[in-house]
Amino acid sequence: MLDSKLPQRLSPEKLKEISRQCRIDILEMLEKAGSGHPGGSLSAIDIIMTLFFHEMKSNPSEPMWEDRDRFILSKGHGVPALYSVLAEREIIPKAELLTLRKINSRIQGHPDRVLLPVVEASTGSLGQGISIAQGIALGLKLQKKDSKVFCLMGDGETQEGQVWETALSAPKYKLNNLVVFIDNNNGQIDGHVEDVMDLRPLADKWRAFRWAVQEIDGHDFSQIIGALETARKETERPTLIVAKTVKGKGISFMENSIAWHGVSPNKEQLDRALLDLNGGFKS
Amino acid sequence: MSAPSTPSTSKEKATRDSFGEAIRDLGKEFSKIVVLDADLSVSTKSILFAKEFPERFFQMGIAESNMIGTAAGLSFTGLIPFCCSFGAFVAGRYETIRVSVGYSKANVKIIGTHSGLGIGDDGYTQMGLEDINVLRGIPGMILINPSDDATTRAAVRFAVTHEGPVYLRLTRQKLPSLHQITDFQCGRGIILKEGKDLALIGTGSTVIECLKASQTLSKLNPWVIDIHTIKPIDRALIKTLARNCKHIITAEDHNVVGGLGTAVSEVLAEEGWAGKLVRLGVQDTYGESGAPDELYEKYGFSANKITQKVMSLVG
Ligand SMILES: Cc1ncc(C[n+]2csc(CCOP(=O)(O)OP(=O)(O)O)c2C)c(N)n1
Repeated sequence: MLDSKLPQRLSPEKLKEISRQCRIDILEMLEKAGSGHPGGSLSAIDIIMTLFFHEMKSNPSEPMWEDRDRFILSKGHGVPALYSVLAEREIIPKAELLTLRKINSRIQGHPDRVLLPVVEASTGSLGQGISIAQGIALGLKLQKKDSKVFCLMGDGETQEGQVWETALSAPKYKLNNLVVFIDNNNGQIDGHVEDVMDLRPLADKWRAFRWAVQEIDGHDFSQIIGALETARKETERPTLIVAKTVKGKGISFMENSIAWHGVSPNKEQLDRALLDLNGGFKS
Repeated sequence: MSAPSTPSTSKEKATRDSFGEAIRDLGKEFSKIVVLDADLSVSTKSILFAKEFPERFFQMGIAESNMIGTAAGLSFTGLIPFCCSFGAFVAGRYETIRVSVGYSKANVKIIGTHSGLGIGDDGYTQMGLEDINVLRGIPGMILINPSDDATTRAAVRFAVTHEGPVYLRLTRQKLPSLHQITDFQCGRGIILKEGKDLALIGTGSTVIECLKASQTLSKLNPWVIDIHTIKPIDRALIKTLARNCKHIITAEDHNVVGGLGTAVSEVLAEEGWAGKLVRLGVQDTYGESGAPDELYEKYGFSANKITQKVMSLVG
């Protein structure tokens, strides 16, 4: 790697390899914690990983480097995915992952920017992260910084009214430095998104709010990379990427299961899950 | 008041479970009850009502403000809406509650589960730690933080029959059975143990901590009080304690700012009490992830910490 600060631009093949390791990290830390959210961590991991290993300027030796690109995890309960990426990118020590959800740990159940500034925003109350991301994008623009802001929301999360207030305001301020992903796994807590509170037509709603909208497969690294390249070319509009994903992706018994939203695997389930991953997880 | 036997932990139940069962049962008796939830019906236990009365249950998605405003509107048509989520998220919609519910005298019942550090691992964002503080300032709002199954059931029935806004603060964690259903009267604290000189006052999940501490402190013969209704506070009972006690300890799984301790201190100050009050609870700080018992210990309101505090005061 040339300059560790520059976007790493790893290839899809390399990304796939690291994503397998991240999935292992996620499951191991959740098993150790005894609680947490595997489903939404596994659906989001490929996107978050691609941001940190392909797209973003970040600096492991100086994590709060002021010219870094920012990533805001608006769906804070998916934070095991973010922690695993921060560890694999060597921004936080990997050993710390196993303190997830334990008393006195920086590795809180939901991101805490005071204890662990590299998470950028304290989230976990859904619907707030996108406004914060917008504020950072606006602040960077005002101060003539060319850093970008990436944000990831759950699809259920977009039922919050605050999300649509940002949907309205970001185009007004021409925040082409803001790229928001929706992790469209179609699951939430009480059921499938279309049953709980239907969002369809999701992409069209954001188009109507004048965002640059793309629809991709959120587990296909080439498509994620392609969408980010397109976003870079936007001169005025903020970008919204609807990423079709699978809740629990990569673990046969967790895939598309609402039941795995908020329970951690026990030791036996962890071993079975690791078999899935070692048996050559196919994306 | 007879001295309590060792608190029985055989019948443990989370007060959210008691709520779910109670509202389901009351649904048969009161056809005007409707229930709303914001994608947490599995956790708040409103799902029990939803299964029994699907046409009277409204799944609002992750949209708490909209849920509360809608509940206000439903109440204006004569229905009795219960809207349910975590306490952190409903109290977070303060301004909607302030105008659409409080100011409007809407007959809306707000259920806030997952109160306090007692939720454990999920950490601060999911913990209702300022809900009493925030909602206590809304005129006409009744706040009830029950400590066990029986008083929760009674409080749910009270909420149904009372005309006006009620906030019920419930736990994720299990709590032992302490009371009979007839012990509950809105606005009246329950004396678990009469004593002298010293009183331990708990609310919700800390009542059992006070009771356990009182056993270790049996030589000092402390009063043990359950203040389930934070608003309106039981003035008469606190005056009785003021007359009898030199030391009063409050314990709450909530920020001490604006919670039980504050409500008690207001009465004591107004009565010109000359004793010493200690407010145990979260000391105007944020919570964190951890196991509930570890957190109660760290933040200083476990039975053990209550005991230590008393010993340092009078020991
Ligand atoms: C304001 C708020 N309301 C409710 C919750 C509880 N909650 C946590 S996760 C979740 C479901 C989220 O669904 P989605 O955004 O689709 O996430 P994913 O399926 O990707 O995990 C809910 C309701 C919350 N964290 N914040």
